[in-house]
This record gives sequence, C-alpha cells and structure tokens, in this order.
Amino acid sequence: MAFRLPSSEWIKELSDQLNASDSYARAAKDWEGDFLFVVEPDEGYVETAYLYLNLYHGKSPGAEQVASADAKQTAYVISGPYKIWRRIVEGKVDPIQALMTRQLKLVGDMMKVMRYPKAAREIVACCARVPTEFA
Amino acid sequence: MWYFVSPQIVFGEDALSALEELPGRRALLVADPTLLRLGTVERVAAHLRKAGLETAIFAEVEPEPSLATVRRGAAVAGDFAPDWVVGLGGGSAMDAAKAIWVLYERPDLEPAAINPLQRLGLRQKARLATIPTTSGTGAEVTWAIVLTDTDEQRKLGLGNRENVADIAVVDPALAASMPPQLTADTGLDALTHAVEAYTCAWHTDLTDGLAQRAARLVFDHLPEAVANGANLVARERLANAATSAGLAFGNAMASLAHAMGHALGGVFHLPHGRAVALCLPYTLEFAGGESPGRLAELAALCGYGREDEGAAVRAFAEGIRGLISRVGNPLTVAAAGVNRTAYEARLEKLVDDAFNDTQMLTAPRAPSYDELQRLFLYTYEGRPVDF
Repeated sequence: MAFRLPSSEWIKELSDQLNASDSYARAAKDWEGDFLFVVEPDEGYVETAYLYLNLYHGKSPGAEQVASADAKQTAYVISGPYKIWRRIVEGKVDPIQALMTRQLKLVGDMMKVMRYPKAAREIVACCARVPTEFA
Repeated sequence: MWYFVSPQIVFGEDALSALEELPGRRALLVADPTLLRLGTVERVAAHLRKAGLETAIFAEVEPEPSLATVRRGAAVAGDFAPDWVVGLGGGSAMDAAKAIWVLYERPDLEPAAINPLQRLGLRQKARLATIPTTSGTGAEVTWAIVLTDTDEQRKLGLGNRENVADIAVVDPALAASMPPQLTADTGLDALTHAVEAYTCAWHTDLTDGLAQRAARLVFDHLPEAVANGANLVARERLANAATSAGLAFGNAMASLAHAMGHALGGVFHLPHGRAVALCLPYTLEFAGGESPGRLAELAALCGYGREDEGAAVRAFAEGIRGLISRVGNPLTVAAAGVNRTAYEARLEKLVDDAFNDTQMLTAPRAPSYDELQRLFLYTYEGRPVDF
C-alpha cells in the first residue's frame, strides 16, 4: 500500500518507520524537539500542507497532518516547495544539501540540529522506506 | 543545485608580495605563538605594512583551537576594528581566523552557531585573507571551521560558505621550514582530503578533477618533501596539492576517515592529519567492499589499477599504507601511541562522536553502529577490513 504525500497517513507511516528503527533510536537517543514540515504550493501541488512529527529520545510519539502553521507550536519548522519535498522522498535530493542551498528553510535552534547528523540521515532512510505516491 | 566557492588564490614563488596590494587601513593577523617566535608573523606583517595597513597581532591560537580562544580573538578584533582579518598558519590558525572574523562581524553569534543553514551577512566590517604555512589542511580555501569544545572533549565541525576567504596566498616558501613529521602529517591530510572528496556522496564534476590531481601529486612528491625539505619543487607541488584538495573537499565533503579521525583527535589528541590518514586505508576497504567503482577509478589514476575493481581498492589501500610507512607515520592507532585499555574505555564515545560528525553524512557506505565499532577496533590493531 502506498501513502500519498502529503497526508496524515504518510507522516504517520514515517513515524512508524522511525519507531521501528534501532539505528534511529540510537542516533537520536538524546533528541528532544518536534517538527512541522510545511509543503508549499507550486506547479505540482496547489495547497499548503502542514505535517507534524514529534520526535523524543529516539522515538516518534506522534504524527499527523494539521490544518495550519498555528495548529502546533513546534521546536522546528522546515518549509519548502512541494517539488523539493518530492525529490527528497524520491532520493534525488539530499535534504541536508537542500537546507544548505536554502531550497528548504529551517527555523529553530540550528546549533542543536547540527549536532545530530546521524539522526538526520536515519530519518531520510526511513522516508525512503515509506511507500509513497505523489499528489 | 549546488555551489562551488573559492577565494581568489595567489600561489607560487613570491606570492606573499600580493599582500602589498590589499586595500584598507587595519589588519588583524591571527597566528600561533610558534610562528610569532620564528619571525614568520613579522615577515607577513611587513608585507601588510607596505600596503599601508596598520597591523595588530593575535598570536594565541593553540593546536585544536578552543571556543574560548576564538572568543578572545573576536574581542581583540572588536577593539582594533580591522578591515582585514588575516589567518596565518596551519589549519588551526586559519580556522580560528575564520571564526574570529565571523564573531567580529556578528558579535550576536555563539561560535557553535556558525552553521551552513543561514545567511550570516558577512563583509560588513572586514574581509578575510588566509596564508597557509603548512601544506595539507586546505583551510585557506575551505569554509569549514573545526573548533574544540574543551568541556565535552569534542571537535565541532562548523562553517558557512560565506566565511570562505576573500583571498588565499599560497607561498610555498612558507612551508619550506616545516620539519619532516609536520610535512608528513599535513601531506597525508591533503591525500585524505583528495581521496574522500573524490569518493564521497557529494562529489561533483567540478571537484573530481581537483581531487584526482591532488592525490597524484601527494603520492609523487610527499616522500621527497619529507626526506629533503629543502627541495622547493617538491614543496611547491605539495602546496598546490593541498590547495587543490582543499578546493575539492571544501566543495564536496570528506567522509568516514574524517569522521573517525575527528573522533580520535578529540579524545586522544592525535594530530589531525595523522589521525585521518591512519583511518583512510581501513575506510577505503570498508567502502570498497560494497561499491568499489569510483575508488577503483581513483586507484588507477594513482598507479594502482587492477582488472578487478575490488582488487584495485585493496591495492590502493595497501599503496596508501606504503606511503604512510615511507614517511614514517603510524599505520594503526596502537602505533600512534594510544593505550589499548584507554581506547576500549572510550570506544563508545568514539563511535558516537564519529556518527555525529558532519562528515559521516557523505560516507559512500554508511556503517551501522556495530560496523563502526569494528572499524575502530580494526584501525587500532591494523587488521585489513574484511566485512
């Protein structure tokens, strides 16, 4: 079964993949901080979507699509156009490179996030394991 | 989409005289106490004065510079208000100069907050010049900054592409006085940059050629530079190798040998070049076990081509071990003088630190925790990697 990106089902599946990953659990064992992923509209997707992902001590206690940026006050917000998110999930763009070239924009404590590159890599690996169909 | 960033590079004999063309009023020279004592700082300051620049000196940079040192340097810069910050020395001094410059421009930032994800808005107060006195780190052309958090005994990989130097002056005469051990350590650092830039996940067409050429230059000229430091031809080719390798890995990345070497350096204080180079053959064997293609390609360019790609990678790893031996450097962590009991006691920290090093992001083969632990043990004992 494939999960449509973006959707509640997709982000929940990512959360499940993280909870099943020993590598992620170890890499993020001290991590505290939830994320809001903002999928901005472009030629491939006409709406703005907000995907909430809670991450805490190597696990993902919750995930859902929310209605607006105000629905959750998160430690981190990463935003970017739909086509970049799609290329990341397809494995064609490295998300760290997307952040470094500001194709994705990160708001939050960057000092902290830079100390967890292994956890970031594990999240990307879990993204790749989510069977995805694109909007 | 990606970037290739580089300073203007002045290189070759008498390159230092280019400093006499710098516009401005005041320059802060950032260096270490040894270069001050040897007169190298004064030699460079004389060129800056010829440009009409009033010059102040901050010569307090230690090996593996700490956050506290760059904060002190930034305070000096704040008082002196230079329009040039000039980093003179090896990687430590140049990295410290980059951080001091950033903090002088942005006193609101903590050093550990210098990251590649945001705009810094530099060059409002000053510009940066870098002048290497060793041939290896490539720090003169990279935007990476490595500082040490002394509280946590951990190296911090920092930097932002804005903090690349405006001008790099690579005068091989400055490296000519390096003793053999330093020549070996830094030259092997350049080799590791070249090999990892070529094989890492973020390599590009723009970095590949630089990496290939740099690797070959190190193989061809490092033994002579170590054995006969007065050979200025060898010195110049090594200087060019180091700068080329710096451009390559600064615009791609390094990978696993650097992640492991940073962890070793942070915990056991091994010199950077020695640490990363002794890890390199093991990480190549590990990466080559899964996808030998690019490694075999580079092996061939360095004279270790084989019909079978796996055999080429193994020959290349042995070739690197041969070069390391020839210049008198250790092939194992044990031979580098680290006690086994102490090593095993810190093994978990080594693995954690290596995993959380930014260079791990681009490893061509990502190890699991167990694999990384085994890599550290094999590197300690000198066992060729068989997994």
